[in-house]
Amino acid sequence: MSSEMYKHMRANPKFQELVAKRGRFAWTMSFIVLAMFYGFFLLVAFKPAILGRPVRAGSMLTIGVAIEFFMFVFFWVTTAVYVRRANGEFDALTEEIIKDAWKENQ
Amino acid sequence: MHRLNRIGIALGLLLASTMAFAGPAVEGVLEKQPTNWHAIIMFCLFVMLTMGITYWASSRTKSTADFYTAGGGITGFQNGLAIAGDYMSAATLLGLSAMVYTQGYDGYIYMLAFFAGWPVILFLMAERLRNLGRFTFSDITAYRLDQGKVRTMAAISSLTVVCFYLLAQMVGAGQLIKLLFGLEYKIAIFAVGLLMMVYVIFGGMVATTWVQIIKACMLLFGGTLVAILAMSQFGFSYHNLLTQATAVHKLGPKLMYPGSLLADPVTAISLGLGLMFGTAGLPHILMRFFTVSNAKEARKSVLYASGFVAYFFNVIFLLGLTAMIIVGKNGAYFTDGQVGPVGAAAKLIGGGNMVAMHLAKAVGGNMLLGFLAAVAFATILAVVSGLALAGASAISHDLYSRVIMKGKASETTEIRVSKIATICLGFVAIVLGILFEKQNIAFMVGLAFGVAAAANFPVLILSMYWKGLTTRGALWGGYGGLISAFLFVLFSKSVWVDVIHFSKPLFPYTQPALFAMPIAFGLAYLFSKLDGSDRAKAEIEAFEDQYVRGQTGFGASTAGKH
Repeated sequence: MSSEMYKHMRANPKFQELVAKRGRFAWTMSFIVLAMFYGFFLLVAFKPAILGRPVRAGSMLTIGVAIEFFMFVFFWVTTAVYVRRANGEFDALTEEIIKDAWKENQ
Repeated sequence: MHRLNRIGIALGLLLASTMAFAGPAVEGVLEKQPTNWHAIIMFCLFVMLTMGITYWASSRTKSTADFYTAGGGITGFQNGLAIAGDYMSAATLLGLSAMVYTQGYDGYIYMLAFFAGWPVILFLMAERLRNLGRFTFSDITAYRLDQGKVRTMAAISSLTVVCFYLLAQMVGAGQLIKLLFGLEYKIAIFAVGLLMMVYVIFGGMVATTWVQIIKACMLLFGGTLVAILAMSQFGFSYHNLLTQATAVHKLGPKLMYPGSLLADPVTAISLGLGLMFGTAGLPHILMRFFTVSNAKEARKSVLYASGFVAYFFNVIFLLGLTAMIIVGKNGAYFTDGQVGPVGAAAKLIGGGNMVAMHLAKAVGGNMLLGFLAAVAFATILAVVSGLALAGASAISHDLYSRVIMKGKASETTEIRVSKIATICLGFVAIVLGILFEKQNIAFMVGLAFGVAAAANFPVLILSMYWKGLTTRGALWGGYGGLISAFLFVLFSKSVWVDVIHFSKPLFPYTQPALFAMPIAFGLAYLFSKLDGSDRAKAEIEAFEDQYVRGQTGFGASTAGKH
């Protein structure tokens, strides 16, 4: 039974849409996070002096601390953005796909 | 940590880095502290509360699903707290605050590396883990492959990770408890081992989850309270704090410059990979994804967990910074009563890992010190319970039920086997914990993360994403990653020189991930491609159904059903 259902789902254009959209979204988000993370690590390894400078003259806040704090917040925001879209748009689409498959299976 | 300056900063950071995973892997034998009654009373309250919960949980732990995954009835928010509780060990609080105290900005960089894996786990893994898995992550790797062989491989690498991680936690716990509570090392080890067995055997995943949730709340509350009290001394001004900190610290104006942590790019990248993908291959963390009812809740779990972790790391950064002035300039916290430049050779009472504890005492007196010490003990219990449960399920669900009994074991016997397995793991942990008291155990957590990143993660991610993976490829990749990670650590300085006492390491880097992960992926790819058997063809065909289930969650195991 399951296998029949999976066959119906696979044939549903909505399934291709779900896979393409969510895949693109997940990989883009991963790429952004990984690029920022390893980009920051390269900066630490090769241009550490930049990170120690104050954000503006007289400030005790350094560029490095500011960037890192921003990344903590930003990375968390990316998880919130992903969860919002996946739990809303993508899950609604998934439900439709399963419902369609049940109908075809009858 | 007080040896940092003598050994050299680079090595010190690696040591500190492994400590950060391990729980304070304090070297050598520490002096026993006077018995800390505040801490013991508060800890007893925690134990009574969690025992009450375990009693309640035992009445709801009847089926295997209850035992391994709390029947899938944990909400996303609860699971988020529990993951945070599972992930942040005592060393996160003590080791990382000490690292900021001695190294300044480097400690903050290190914390980002600890955190950055979570978004990636969410984007690429959380959903498929929940949709394909049931009790252990081997459910996913063995989904369309040879059950017996692939599960045996996954169980061996899981148990390797669990045993080394558990042992590192036990030894760290014994040292820490001796220091914080003034208890004998052996008593501390027995207490941790026995409490762990009671939680897991009687309360299964329900009790383990609640121990982790309560501990996470205590940790977040305690850390925040200390940070607020400490920051009030600086008028809540980061500017004030940093002005004073740079004035007193040995690094002076260089305090907020990156130091030697990432001076060697190869070690840096390898460490980054190991932390990120090791986290994504830890059996006790992966198991937490099966405790929620569906992919929606699994995603929410990561959202909440990463929020708590990110928040807490920033709190720890403040603890380390404020301690530079509040602790570093107070002679009462140094063995010789002498205050030098902060982070320099002067010895903190109890060693470098005590920075957060001294800070708690300085801003909140003995009550707050006692509370934070109780939190540290609770933290150890929560982490070892999660590990024991993951290890027991690899033995009972994968090896006993699926490999030996080929799925024909009854639920009652399977649960009985997992309880026996928990007792065995508990005794192994206690005996080895006592035997390893005076050993340098810093390498063990490195090994656990290395094996998780090189043996568990590659096969897991390939089985979810790559249609072409066959049994032969999975076995070569899994065993290849396991053996190579093991050998790289064995031949590295942390074992070959520090433990076996050879003069020179055979492998120049201490972090195996950058080298062992490509070996695992390469072998899995190569031997899958070379596998032209009929079975391989059937396995590749079976990917289609697995793929649809992974994407839609249709057919995924649901709460309480079998």
